[in-house]
Order: sequence, then C-alpha cells, then structure tokens
Amino acid sequence: MGDKGALMMAPLATFPKGGVHPKENKDLSSALPIETMPDPSKVSLFLKQHVGTPCQVAVPHRPDPRGDQAVSEDLLFSSGHPGALFRLLVDKKDRVRQGDRIGEIGTQLGAVLHASVGGAVLGVKNILHYQVGKAPAIVIRTDPEAVPATCMPVDWRRFSREQIQERIAAAGIVGLGGAGFPTDVKLNVKPGVKLDTLILNGAECEPYITCDHRVMVEKARQIVEGAKILLTVLGITYCAIGVENNKPDAIAALNEAIDHADSTDGFKIEVKPLAVKYPQGSADQIMQSITGRVRPSGQRSSSIGIIVQNVYTTKMVYDAVVLGKPLTERVITVSGRAIARPANLRVKIGTHISEIADYLGGTTADLCKVVVGGPMMGFAVSDLDMPITKTTPGLLFMNHDEVDARAHGPCIRCGFCLDACPMGLEPNNIGIYVEAGRGAETEPFGLMDDCFECGSCAYVCPAKRPLVQFIRLARLEINQARKLKEAREQKRKAG
Amino acid sequence: MEIKRSPISHQSCDGVDGHHLLVSVSPHLKADITVSRIMWTVVACLMPPLILSVFVFGFQTLIITAVSVASCLATEVISQKLLGRPVTIKDGSAVITGLLLAYVIPPGVPLWMPVFGAVMAIFVTKIIMGGLGFNIFNPALIGRAFLVATYPVAMTTAWLAPIRNAAIFRNMGAGVDAVSSATPLYVLKHYGMAAMLEQFGSRASVYTDFFIGFRPGCIGETSALLLLVGGLYLIYRGYIHWHIPVSIIATVGILTWIFGGEGMFTGDPLLAVLSGGVMLGAFFMATDYVTSPTQRSGQIVFGIGVGALTVLIRLKGGYPEGVCYAILLMNPLTPALDQWFKPKRFSQGAVQ
Repeated sequence: MGDKGALMMAPLATFPKGGVHPKENKDLSSALPIETMPDPSKVSLFLKQHVGTPCQVAVPHRPDPRGDQAVSEDLLFSSGHPGALFRLLVDKKDRVRQGDRIGEIGTQLGAVLHASVGGAVLGVKNILHYQVGKAPAIVIRTDPEAVPATCMPVDWRRFSREQIQERIAAAGIVGLGGAGFPTDVKLNVKPGVKLDTLILNGAECEPYITCDHRVMVEKARQIVEGAKILLTVLGITYCAIGVENNKPDAIAALNEAIDHADSTDGFKIEVKPLAVKYPQGSADQIMQSITGRVRPSGQRSSSIGIIVQNVYTTKMVYDAVVLGKPLTERVITVSGRAIARPANLRVKIGTHISEIADYLGGTTADLCKVVVGGPMMGFAVSDLDMPITKTTPGLLFMNHDEVDARAHGPCIRCGFCLDACPMGLEPNNIGIYVEAGRGAETEPFGLMDDCFECGSCAYVCPAKRPLVQFIRLARLEINQARKLKEAREQKRKAG
Repeated sequence: MEIKRSPISHQSCDGVDGHHLLVSVSPHLKADITVSRIMWTVVACLMPPLILSVFVFGFQTLIITAVSVASCLATEVISQKLLGRPVTIKDGSAVITGLLLAYVIPPGVPLWMPVFGAVMAIFVTKIIMGGLGFNIFNPALIGRAFLVATYPVAMTTAWLAPIRNAAIFRNMGAGVDAVSSATPLYVLKHYGMAAMLEQFGSRASVYTDFFIGFRPGCIGETSALLLLVGGLYLIYRGYIHWHIPVSIIATVGILTWIFGGEGMFTGDPLLAVLSGGVMLGAFFMATDYVTSPTQRSGQIVFGIGVGALTVLIRLKGGYPEGVCYAILLMNPLTPALDQWFKPKRFSQGAVQ
C-alpha cells in the first residue's frame, strides 16, 4: 500500500482519496499487437447494449429460407410481445449485410444496432447475458461468402456539428469503457452549460486489460483526429488525454500523433501521464486527477465543465465520422493464465465467448473462473455460450492460482475499506447491515448515488468479505423498500 | 484443451465436461492480506518484549505467558464447540489476547490467575458478545480488570525487581531469588519523586533503564524500546495508524507535565510515558481494530481520551496506574466516535 516507488519520481497527477494497487498482470498481453479474429459462425446481438431503452427489432423473425437450421418457434418472441419490439423496419428482408441497421431506438435514449456480420437472421432469442441474466438478442448466422462493406474516407471538416452528431448516432457508438452511454447523447450538451475541457480516458486501470493500450499504440492518429472531431462538436479547444504511466509506449505514440497532427486549427491536445492507481479510469477520479475538480453528487460531469470520453470510443467516433463505419466490431483483451494464447483480439460484436476461446486454442485444465470484463468490475460467468457486447473490454480465463476463493469471515473493523474507497463511503457498515438483514437502512451511507462498485473495498478486505455483493444487496433492499413505501402512500391516498 | 459449448457448471455441480467454473461477484482479485496474517504479525511484534522479560524477571514470565495463551486458546475452542460455532483459533486473535493478558499482569502472580483472566477475556468479553469483531471491550484488559478486582493484593503487589546483567542465565543451576519491589509509579504516587529516584537511580539512569525495560512492572510493559520497535513496524506495514499511539503518548506527556509535578508545569513527561503501561497500551491495546474508531479523526479523539483518563487515574485515582481502565472506559465510546467522525465523502470536496 502507498506510493513508495512513485515518491522517488516526479509526482504524477492522481486522485487523493482512496484507491488500491492490485497486481497489474498486463504483461500477459500488453505487447501483443491487435489481431483480427475471422468472422464467427454466428453472432448474437443484444437489443440493449447501451444505457437507455432496448432497440426495436428492425428485421423479421422468419427462419432461414434454406431451412437447414430452422429455429424452433418457442425460442422466438411472438409478435404479440409487448411494446414495439417487432416493428419490422427492414421489410421482408431475412438476410442482412454486415453493417445493416437491425435495431432502431426511435426518439428514446439508446443507440442503434448494426449487423456485425452478413448472413441469415435466425430470429430474436432470449440469450444469456453476462450481466442481466437472459435478454433478447438478434441472432445472425454468418454467411462465409458475404462481402464485407467497404468504407471511403471523407473529410470530416466539411460536416456541420449536427451532421457529425448524426453520423455518430447512426453508427451506434456508445461509451466503450464499460458504461455504454450513447455517445451522441453525451455530446449533445444543453445550451447554457459551460464546458472547457475534454478528457480522453486512456487510464485503463483494470488489471489484465490492454485493449485501450493497444488501440492507443496502434491507432494514436485516429484518436487524436477523433479528439478534434469531439472538440468541434463540443465547441471547445482543450483536450487532455489521461494515460496511466504504466503505458509509456501509448504515451509516446499519442505524443507523436499530436506532433504529427495539423497544429494550426487552434486545438490544444496534450497527454497527461497519471499515477498507476486503481480506479484511476473512473470518470470522477480521472476528472479530479487531471483538473482537480470534483463532480457534485448526482450531477453530470458537464456541471464542472468537463466531458469525459474513453480513448477507444474516440477512435470509434473517428471511424464513424470519417469512414461512415458503424460499431460492429471492437478490440477485446483475452487474457488470464488459463487461456492457451492471450491476445488483443478484434472481434465482431455478438461473437460467443466459446468461439473466441476456441479460436485462441482453448483453455488449460486448471481453468477456475471466466470473467467478462476486467478482474475488478467484470462478471464471472458459468457458461461460455454467451456473446460479447459493445461494452465488453475483455475476457479473462483465470486459473486456480489467480483466484482467491477463500471463505469470508466477520468484519474486524480494521477500516482498510474506508481508506480504500475512492468515494468516501462506508463499505464495512453496509456489509454489517446487510448481514443483519437491515440493508434497507444503508441509504445514509451514500451508496445509491456514489458507489460505482469499483471493488476497492472488497479487494483490500483482510476478512475477504464480499463487500460489492453486500452493496448490491443493499441497493436491492433499498429499492424494494422505496417501492413498498410508494405503494403504501398510493393506497393511503386512494383510501 | 477443448472448450465445449455445453453449459459449464459452477460451485456445487461437477460440470458436464469436468470443468468446475467458480462464479462470484466482483472483484475477482483480492489483496494478499488476511486477518490471520495481521494477527500473526502482531504476535511476532509482541515477541521481543517477552524475550526481554525473561532477562528482567526470570523464566516465570514465560510460564505465565504460556499458561495465559494456552488458557485463551482452550477457552475459545471449548466455548465455540459448546455454542456450536466454527472454531477460529487459527486466526491468531486468541493468541494475541493471551499474550496481552500475560503482559499486563505482574510477574510474581500464581499460575492459576491467568487462567481465570483468560476465561473472562475470551468467553465473557469476546465469545458471548458474538465472537471476533463484535466485542465492545478489549478482551485482555477485561481479563486484567477482573483480576485486579478479584485478587487486588496479588495484582498490585506481586512485582519483581529487575535482575541485572543477565544473571538469570549465568546462575542457571542455582536460580535467582526473586526480589519483590514496588513499581516506580507506586513509589512516585505515594512517596514522591525524590523517593522514586532514590530507589531506582539517578534521573539519567532511570530514563535509560525504563526505556530499555529494567524496572519493576507487568510482564510485557517494561521495555518502551521494544514496544516502540514492534509498534512502529505495525505502522510501517500499514496495519495500524499512528494516530492512536501518538495522541495517547502526547496527551499523557503533556497532561503529566502540566499537572503531574509539585506545581503547575513541573511534571516529568518522559518518565510518565516510559512508566506503567503507556507504551504497551498505546501501540498494542488501544489500537485493537474492534474496540477503537476506524477514522483517523476519531482515533485522535479516542487517543486523547485514553491519555487524559490515564493521567486522571494516575494523579487522582486510587491506583498508581490507569492505562487499562482508561482504554476500557474509551472502548464503549467507539461506536459513537465512528458515528461522529465519518469518512469525508468524495463530493464534499466539490466546489459549487
């Protein structure tokens, strides 16, 4: 604990409160160039891969006319499904090309969805989702002979702000750092909000994960150009790219790209090396590290003049605006000591984990845990037959040595979690309340607004207490109590 | 290895294909630190004073300590078995209680006394309160307080004079006759500074002797030096904060300097912190996680309270020493201090 090594060097920008230093394990994949995985045999595209309402299906659900893989009717949604799920926007078209829009959001918050491969639409099925149980997804069987769409670069500077935003929205871009907030909506800052800083988040503080790292090394110019597009939309000139100092090659590549870029357009873009401390890449923490500003609880980052975008999202914005390319594939880090071959892999959105594992040579015999996402905030899964989404940064195949499965004990009130929590919450008390069956009383500890489940508390807990699990239970209980209260009040009003 | 597409089981299932995938809520990485590692580190930090006590008071100290630790472990095992709870002696906390209990009793007590103290400390103070993490009072100190209340003569007179020049080892065969002696604080309280210096040597040699540990006192409390080394190591490892020890020692020093002499501002602060159980209490007892506040600000208030009560008991109370009761009186304030001194929320630093 503590920054004993960092004290020797010039102090790097960082956030003052809390944070932990888990073993990085990035060397498993940080030097591996991005590799493209061939199209999988099928993809499953969840209708909801973003913050907001699920997409409406824009393809019919008829089985493949060749009939060799007819989907049984009970797996399909009936057209009587509530809502406008089956508004058939693409009329009578059961085969899609890669890049075809297959999910619409109308006027609601969300992001459109595109076919990530060309092929036959098998239907809409309820598919295992690593985060929410089962969720509806459009399943497409890949046609190996389908011709991929080609994109012609255009000069983005001839677009108006509105046109740029339209292109971003049309590409279905969401925040790739994990939150999945629709990017065009985030850029649509209300008039009157004064912005001065765009922060590109390249901290990538999750251990093991190196996809942003590789994108920064290999696509630095697109990121810098993407930053200029974002600055243009936002109408500001200053952009700081925050990168944890354990990625010197990414910092060098970005600096080189900034030097190479046209500097006469009035934009000021600079790289800010940040101290290596988890969760440096959390929006609140990176804003404080770079600008010293603190977001008030319950408000947006724009209230303190800042917009934060992930570096990889910025690269996707470049692709969308300059190339007109929809978000149909992304780089994920496949790592851990139980995968035969770690990789930074460019995969189609919706590719099933099992196919990715197969492509990389399978897993070792001592496979213990499979995590979708990073080790600090990712989701352990029990089944590999589930697809990745737009917001999946990686897959971890962990062996028994990497997983600490010790049983937890009682809280000894050491206070380590209080020191580790970057938000100043009280995970120890939340855990004790939940264990006592009083999770609904934990609201004063601030978890509803401020906890983003970074896991720093549970990481440091010497009693190995599952504090994030306790916090999620507390949230459930608080929400249940709120609903109960509302129902009671309605009853009283009615009676 | 081939990955099969069939569902892979988790937890209790054997799995269709032999894989046994573990599923749990994030984070999937955990720090190396464990409760038992902390506890056993504290045990290690408590060893040097025990070894020195053999040189100072004789092998009696080892035997009392062994009896105390064994009684604590036995009490924990038996009571947990009787109550049908999992046995937790491996976590090391009962060993710490046993050590600390022995460290706060005089070296000349009969051997059955630590056994009684251990039962009070482990069963009454810890186990029936709900076990580790749920006790309100420091178990070892309740053990001591119980013994002082029930066997006041032995607990306040069974002192031994320090044995010089490692005589205990040179005269192994013949043994060394234990000489009883009053503690410096007792002499100071009842006969004044001049008498204390007459009995224990010049002012300079008193400081040195007390700092190293050659003075009458409880088994583990005499060596300020070794307790300081152990305590500083715990701070260096990040296991305890400096706030409680420093605020206790500073408060005892300052208040003794102000009120502890013949007139105001004539007390001897150095002597005050080197005598009695200040060092042991400050670094190893008041810092007990379970019975002290978690926030640094609360810890400072807690430490000031312990220091002030210590001086109050020493100067005005019936006992020459007050660290034990001072800590026990502050222990139940811990929940209130944690309520008053909350961590600062992230958004409290926001400028509107």
